[in-house]
Amino acid sequence: MRSLMDRSIDLGAIDYVILITYFVFVLGIGFALKRATKTSTDFFLSGRSIPAWITGLAFISANLGAQEVIGMAASGAKYGIATSHFYWIGAIPAMVFVGIFMMPFYYGSKARSVPEYLKLRFDEKTRGLNAISFATMTVFSSGVSMYAMGLLMKSLLGWNFWASVLASGVIVLLYIYLGGLTSAIYNEVLQFFLIVFGFAPVVYIGLRDAGGWSGLTQRLATTATDRGFAEGAWTQSWQHLHSASANPMGVEWFGMVMGLGFVLSFGYWCTDFLVVQRAMAAESMSAARRTPLIAAIPKMFFPFLVILPGMIAVAMHGDNSFLPSKPDGTLDYDASIPMMLKHYVPSGLLGLGLTALMASFMSGMAGNVTAFNTVITYDIYQSYVRPKQSDEHYLRVGRAATIGGILLSIGAAAFATMFNNIMDVLQLVFAFVNAPLFATFLLGMFWRRATGHGAFTGLLSGTVAAAIHHGLTRPEGAATLIKGGWLGSTLHTYPSEMAQNFWTAIFAWTTCFLTTIVVSMLTRPNKTDEELRGLVYALTPRPREEGVPVWKQPAALALVVLAITLVLNILFW
Amino acid sequence: MRLDVRTPIGLMFAIIGVLLVVYGLVSDPEIYERSLGLNVNLWWGFVLVVFGSVMLALAWRSGRTKPPVVPAPAAPAELTQEGERLPPSEF
Repeated sequence: MRSLMDRSIDLGAIDYVILITYFVFVLGIGFALKRATKTSTDFFLSGRSIPAWITGLAFISANLGAQEVIGMAASGAKYGIATSHFYWIGAIPAMVFVGIFMMPFYYGSKARSVPEYLKLRFDEKTRGLNAISFATMTVFSSGVSMYAMGLLMKSLLGWNFWASVLASGVIVLLYIYLGGLTSAIYNEVLQFFLIVFGFAPVVYIGLRDAGGWSGLTQRLATTATDRGFAEGAWTQSWQHLHSASANPMGVEWFGMVMGLGFVLSFGYWCTDFLVVQRAMAAESMSAARRTPLIAAIPKMFFPFLVILPGMIAVAMHGDNSFLPSKPDGTLDYDASIPMMLKHYVPSGLLGLGLTALMASFMSGMAGNVTAFNTVITYDIYQSYVRPKQSDEHYLRVGRAATIGGILLSIGAAAFATMFNNIMDVLQLVFAFVNAPLFATFLLGMFWRRATGHGAFTGLLSGTVAAAIHHGLTRPEGAATLIKGGWLGSTLHTYPSEMAQNFWTAIFAWTTCFLTTIVVSMLTRPNKTDEELRGLVYALTPRPREEGVPVWKQPAALALVVLAITLVLNILFW
Repeated sequence: MRLDVRTPIGLMFAIIGVLLVVYGLVSDPEIYERSLGLNVNLWWGFVLVVFGSVMLALAWRSGRTKPPVVPAPAAPAELTQEGERLPPSEF
């Protein structure tokens, strides 16, 4: 008998037909939108004309790259339902915050990108720092996405690595080149539904096989006790957070709430142009504010779609036949989703599931590429290379930047095949750059006295603080320099890598926050109140929502979202 | 007028749904052993056909009831909700 742990999946003709149907539609959308893409605003901002439900779905979809899907399932297997903190204490509150409090400044300021907001609010150097680090980061993330896809397609389907990388690159290039951001957003909405419809039946069958939630709880109790934790460690999200040693994540509640919830999640959802760009494309201020809130509604149920499969996979692994092992003998949790597909769905739905996976890889790339071409064109080319050109000129530059972005991503993917560790190092460096960013925005938007020099030094010192903290600590059991401790002596050992990451973020944020305040107090304000109108809370009229039905009002939506999130937290306490 | 995103979504899911239904009817029942005996292709195909048709119907209805409008002007100048009361350009 061929071992069940074999990773390869055999596709039938029907599976290829479904996959090809999807590709036809992806490209079709690009071609259909080509005519409507005439100005640079159309290309980079979708002409600010998209209804909120579409930008909302694109808002979550842009983030729902395959690393997210595969990584969340892997964490579900490794850490259980506690992974849902990434959603229920992390993403959702942050999305509510960005919609209610920050969107008025992003959308109202008419900034075309997040770095441009920084220029309007602070100064040129703060924008430059953010634009360059962001552009570099997007290229590498999109490259990692390609790399991961090539590897997966090779191990599952036996496809050639470079053929998958190049084919996906060409498809993404075509549809963005033709239809710009609108094309990316439309495809993200398509991908959203594909993921829901592709994974839902797999989860349903898997859960049935495990004996429903109660059956799953029983099986996972064994999983937990086998690994030396309390029975509920995999199925209760808060009860085991009282101390780091009581849960498989190795994180205690403070690190969780402050590190993941406050610094990392707010930092990502509130300042990352990749997602904010989707809201900026909305048709009105109200639609822009509703974008993250509408996104939050499906987002809070995503744990059932992406974390649950991992939990089922590890629970069903009881007889050691579900998950494959890595060369070093440890379980390959990243294989959770592919193995769920392999075990539970026949040809037909298998094609749909793989198409969903492929779609998430491609939209992960596309999200990065659309953010990249905008920042390159507006924040780098128009600002530093050739200002004051015609709109057609910038549209052409945007299209060229799209090609450049794809080529650089392919280069980054090639880089990853040669030096996998170097990619890890780069990811780490970007984490240092990103961790303090939310402090800069918080002060920028809510404290009018914050100055350009303050923001710039704050950002730099926050990044340095992150690096120093990482250099002086290490996670338990890890030896390599990439994991920390590279400054020689180790001052503190964290129970897990995740705990170390959360605390690195907390240190970076606090340093940036304090430095920005101190330096701002010591320097003169570089913007007049008039210049700050629409950029800072105290100097901006509250957005009025008169004449908008209650159910469409951001505040009402926010309350509903928070209430449901609270219920979910309590249900899985 | 720009493409209504519900059209391609509806069309694609309707087509995939029909493909799955047909495949569910003609495929060897043995392949459903792994899905616990459920003919998931048939059932899920139906769901996709219904979803696709609803999307198409919504797109078709909004295309008919709303006359084609000139795309709304770029963002409203001040922080009010004026954009809200204008008929959205394509829905």
